[in-house]
Amino acid sequence: MENGKPRVAVFKFSSCSGCQLAILNLEDELLDLVGAVEIVYFLEARRLPESRPYDITFVEGSVTTQEEVERIIKIREDSGLLISIGSCATAGGVQALKNYKDVNHLIDIVYEHPEFIETLEKSTPISEHVKVDVELWGCPVDKYQILEAVSALLQNRRPNLPEHSLCLECKALGRVCVTVASGIPCLGPITKAGCGAICPSVGRGCYGCFGPSKDMDLDAFIPILRETTSSPKEAVELLRTICGYTPEFEKAAQMILEEEVANE
Amino acid sequence: MTDYQLSINTTVAISKPELNKLLDVLSGAGYKTIGPVAKNNSLVYEQIEDISDLPYGYETDQKAGRYRLYQNGGSEYFQATPGASTWKKYLTPPRTKLFGLVNVDNKWKEVPVSEIHPKYAFIGVRPCEIAAIKIQDTVLIREDYVDTLYKKIRDELIIIAVNCLHPADTCFCTSVGGSPEAEDGYDLRLTELDDLFLVNIGSQKGIDMVAQLEYAAANSHSLQIENEMMSEAKEKIKDVLKDYKQLPELLMNNLTHSAWEDVAAKCLSCGSCTSVCPTCFCWDVQDVTNLHGTETQRDKVWDSCFNPTFTAHAGGGCSRPTTTSRLRQRITHKFASWVEQHGGEGCVGCGRCIVWCPAKIDIREELNILQEAFK
Repeated sequence: MENGKPRVAVFKFSSCSGCQLAILNLEDELLDLVGAVEIVYFLEARRLPESRPYDITFVEGSVTTQEEVERIIKIREDSGLLISIGSCATAGGVQALKNYKDVNHLIDIVYEHPEFIETLEKSTPISEHVKVDVELWGCPVDKYQILEAVSALLQNRRPNLPEHSLCLECKALGRVCVTVASGIPCLGPITKAGCGAICPSVGRGCYGCFGPSKDMDLDAFIPILRETTSSPKEAVELLRTICGYTPEFEKAAQMILEEEVANE
Repeated sequence: MTDYQLSINTTVAISKPELNKLLDVLSGAGYKTIGPVAKNNSLVYEQIEDISDLPYGYETDQKAGRYRLYQNGGSEYFQATPGASTWKKYLTPPRTKLFGLVNVDNKWKEVPVSEIHPKYAFIGVRPCEIAAIKIQDTVLIREDYVDTLYKKIRDELIIIAVNCLHPADTCFCTSVGGSPEAEDGYDLRLTELDDLFLVNIGSQKGIDMVAQLEYAAANSHSLQIENEMMSEAKEKIKDVLKDYKQLPELLMNNLTHSAWEDVAAKCLSCGSCTSVCPTCFCWDVQDVTNLHGTETQRDKVWDSCFNPTFTAHAGGGCSRPTTTSRLRQRITHKFASWVEQHGGEGCVGCGRCIVWCPAKIDIREELNILQEAFK
């Protein structure tokens, strides 16, 4: 605590910084936020050196290097509550696409000087390395969920973070189901709500950035995904793009691939 | 037409453009006029200001898990079957504030909920939707409980019904005691013929509205056409649940039967069916605080028996942890326990849960499968 306010830090791992920007995008609420907590470390916003320990720590990004493996363990030790924000931190992110390839081959074809690159074989979520107290999903994270999590922690109550499928939120917002009305592939039925149904609101299918919803059913979902996609490849790519490294979405992709092999 | 005596159950004829005058009369009296609008490949209920906002010349094609809206070059405003939108989003909105509290000088004070509520006129309410509103009335306006916001909106609500002349393949109102012809529960009821609307008056408010329009007495030819079209519509609706009166006993006596598992195997547990159901009313209560803990409010939020946190309790328990238990809850509530609680089925046969189920579950087929298994 600092002046009676919780000390908050924001750390970045392998990521695009979009989730840190989501915090800064809390334009109307930002002054309120900095009034309620003391932000002691947040490189995206201010040039102050690390100042441990922290009461609440936000972590953006996934773990992709050995240096990051060691750093997240140290940060966990320095932190009271640790909140991972965004699909990179909660699921490994879009960079987890490399988890299905030979990483050395990728380095060779992408970089002019492969000898400068040191990276782990897989991009992994924070929870694979340390205990995480709250996960806020999304690509990017929903800024109001950040506010809700902080408000709840400060008031010692449980945050209102939905675990149900996006379908419930999408329907409550009055959006038209893109799968039923337009035949568009949508991961909404197996994806957690909380984003405000952004993609279906503009006539696009959900690509699952909020991660798997609780108790969803892959056996019931796979036939729908197969019917709305033009090829198994398209279905697998949709599942793997953002949160593909979650066990549920990876299982779904495997189910489609195995079915494909069986059909050949 | 001052020489013509308007009364309840009188049927008059108005030209189609005269519907615009009716919209003007309603908005002039302070009503927000809501009706079907073609949007995002569906019909949605939204505010309309002019008949050109209505889905003129559209029809729909639907089956389990599929809805397609297209223009057919026709000349009807109400041919297309409604989409996933229901009137409940206006009568009992997805999120409403129950009360707020604010801390001033270390004392909590209640912040009164705004007394202002909208006055709605619903244009194009289908007979099954009137039945659904009546069912929600029995749940939300009871002797022992009144949802005050619902009652306020409901008391002032104007219902302009429209008879269903083109029921869809997914419609089954007649299987649950309904009809494509609205019999009561409206202020005015339209039947759309080629060149005119027949307007049946259902209330004193309806008389007052029609008195401000250019109307003529409905001639016997028009009334005969209406009759014929209604008969055709009734015949078109498949009567699929012949034994639905036996469902309460049958379902409740077989709660642990393995057939439930078979039906649930197709279910995503996504909750789309409950969201689009015009009678589903379940809600959650959520507390929201500000960052400083100086303001708090309690909200009423739509919930679903398919939500993993539905009936969750302290310590992490959940009384319905599986898809089977959730689907069984929905079906037994609609067709069995609802009868005991509210004196009739919780289903009006609108078919929304069939059309808008991404997994293509057809409640009619599933009920028949269950009936067959339980016999």
